[in-house]
Amino acid sequence: MISSIIIYILLFGSLYFEVFLMITYFEKRKHIKTEYLKMEGTNWPSVDIIVPCYNESTTIIATINSLLNLEYPKDKLRIMVIDDGSVDDSLKTLEIFKENAQVQIHHKENGGKYTALNFGIKNSTADLFGCLDADSFVDKDALKIMLPYFENPKIMAVVPSIKVYEPKNILQKIQKVEYSWGIFVRKILTYLNALHVTPGPFTIFRRKIFENIGNYRHAHHTEDLEMALRMQKNNYKIANSHRSFVYTVTPKNIKTLYKQRRRWTYGFLKNTIDYKHMFFKKEYGNLSFFILPFAVVSIFSTIYLATNFVLSNINTVFEQIAKFKLIGFSFHKFHIDWFYFNTGLVSVIGVFSVVASITLILISIKLAEGKLKIKPELFYFLFIYPVIAPLWLFGAVFNTIFSKTITWR
Amino acid sequence: MEIENVREKTDWMKYFYSFLITALIFATAIYISNYFSEKKLNQLKTMEDKISLDILSSETQFSLLAESSCKNIGDNTLSREVSQLGDKLSYAEEKIGADDPDFQNLKTYYSLLEIKDYLLMKKISEKCKDKTAFILYFYSNKSSCTECQNEGYVLTKLHEMYPQIRIYSFDYDFNTPTIETLKSIYGIENKLPALYINGKVTYGLKTIEEIKKIIPETKVWDKEALATSTKKVEATN
Repeated sequence: MISSIIIYILLFGSLYFEVFLMITYFEKRKHIKTEYLKMEGTNWPSVDIIVPCYNESTTIIATINSLLNLEYPKDKLRIMVIDDGSVDDSLKTLEIFKENAQVQIHHKENGGKYTALNFGIKNSTADLFGCLDADSFVDKDALKIMLPYFENPKIMAVVPSIKVYEPKNILQKIQKVEYSWGIFVRKILTYLNALHVTPGPFTIFRRKIFENIGNYRHAHHTEDLEMALRMQKNNYKIANSHRSFVYTVTPKNIKTLYKQRRRWTYGFLKNTIDYKHMFFKKEYGNLSFFILPFAVVSIFSTIYLATNFVLSNINTVFEQIAKFKLIGFSFHKFHIDWFYFNTGLVSVIGVFSVVASITLILISIKLAEGKLKIKPELFYFLFIYPVIAPLWLFGAVFNTIFSKTITWR
Repeated sequence: MEIENVREKTDWMKYFYSFLITALIFATAIYISNYFSEKKLNQLKTMEDKISLDILSSETQFSLLAESSCKNIGDNTLSREVSQLGDKLSYAEEKIGADDPDFQNLKTYYSLLEIKDYLLMKKISEKCKDKTAFILYFYSNKSSCTECQNEGYVLTKLHEMYPQIRIYSFDYDFNTPTIETLKSIYGIENKLPALYINGKVTYGLKTIEEIKKIIPETKVWDKEALATSTKKVEATN
């Protein structure tokens, strides 16, 4: 009985979130469609892009080349590659840019990504400061689409839309749909002033933000999340340029995906604990009353529902083993009678919830790809993602509760 | 170039509207779920009425043909109907809930139909000497009866192997006067699962082999089945 009540509350909560997103989307749909501005004229601000690099010899060249190909005045764009004590041949690979006036190569002892970023901030003199992870690549018009947002003096950072770079296997295709969903959610969160991540791939800041609120921190290996929370805490605004696309290399196998997502979730939980004073405070608006609490609850509710599902199915497995031992193989009677369709309340609400989720995912794909094309990855995402996601959520919660530190890789 | 400013204030009305829409969806889901539950219970009621009519028809046939023929009385159709109804009732018990008063009425009615069918079939079997075997199975849905589900699997399989065995299952904890009478007549104690076969009561999980030992007719049926299959092979050759 208690379990049923908990499940009803969780289903209500998740449906509420979907309805809230949908209302916001339809309210802002026209604006999302027409919002497409490009930097024009001659008054281009200077931009420093930091590329922190640790053992990224396979992708670093392409990353820097994508930056060099940006449609931006060359004298206004400087690329600072910070080699964070790589032990592979990254530094040697970078030598090909030695003669390029736009590219500066720095080497420092390994200290973690946030130290490389702070090294960049210390050496930066430009109006705007950005970061691009060494496994990511930018569209050539990404920067000039982002800059007009800075005409609003209240906006201190602009985050782009991130896509999966050349998804090959099923896992990467699942992530492609997930990243499309991320593009949609990020856009909606902008309208709620509730963006709480300034992603490593190509978020552009006004440089003076660091003078005002300080440099990057270790922040449990999620410095991009902490920076956004710190900006929100200080009431600085973050915008999203959904038409600026950045492509990032994503994990190819379940092990690396698990480690990456566990780090993200762990970082979110730890930073949320550090910023717990932002919860349910009027001055922090939607972020404080809705988005952060919902994000925390959704982690625990997913774990609860997944555990419930696994336990009930383990029971079924044991029952089937006992049945086999008693009577051998016996195929379950297949009832095509409608009577046997599960029409319980949880199932009916589940159907509504799935329909709402699919609608939102289709809107996300349209937003990310510009057109709606139903590909097999949508089904991989719908059927495989709910099975694997609880794994890293569980791992992250376990590590948070038992204070186990998480490594970057 | 004007870029829309990010929202300054929390839009509480949006929270309210979202709540309203979600509550509306929930209410619709509750309505749909109740609608189908009611339809299912109605279907069970219709099935029970039909079975009741079929039993009455069989009883009448039996009375009419008392001294003459055994043909066409109590064929397998009725047994299948009772079995299907039993399956649906146990599904409804799990999904709709054992506490639903409509469901409880249906379950009481089902128990009565089972007993009526049992009594009639026993009479027919004795008169026609057709060697039908009868099993009365007493189970409990409580977690204390750890073997009840397994006994259910065994009996289902047994019925598949020997359709001549008629199995009637009764919820030991379902307190209706008829089940109480049945328990007291056959002296069924609360040591479940319990089987009443050929005048004997057994307690605890019984396997197919153990039940076959209690029903000697199964040997005859095995021989008959073997002879039939041999004939078929010969005819094919």
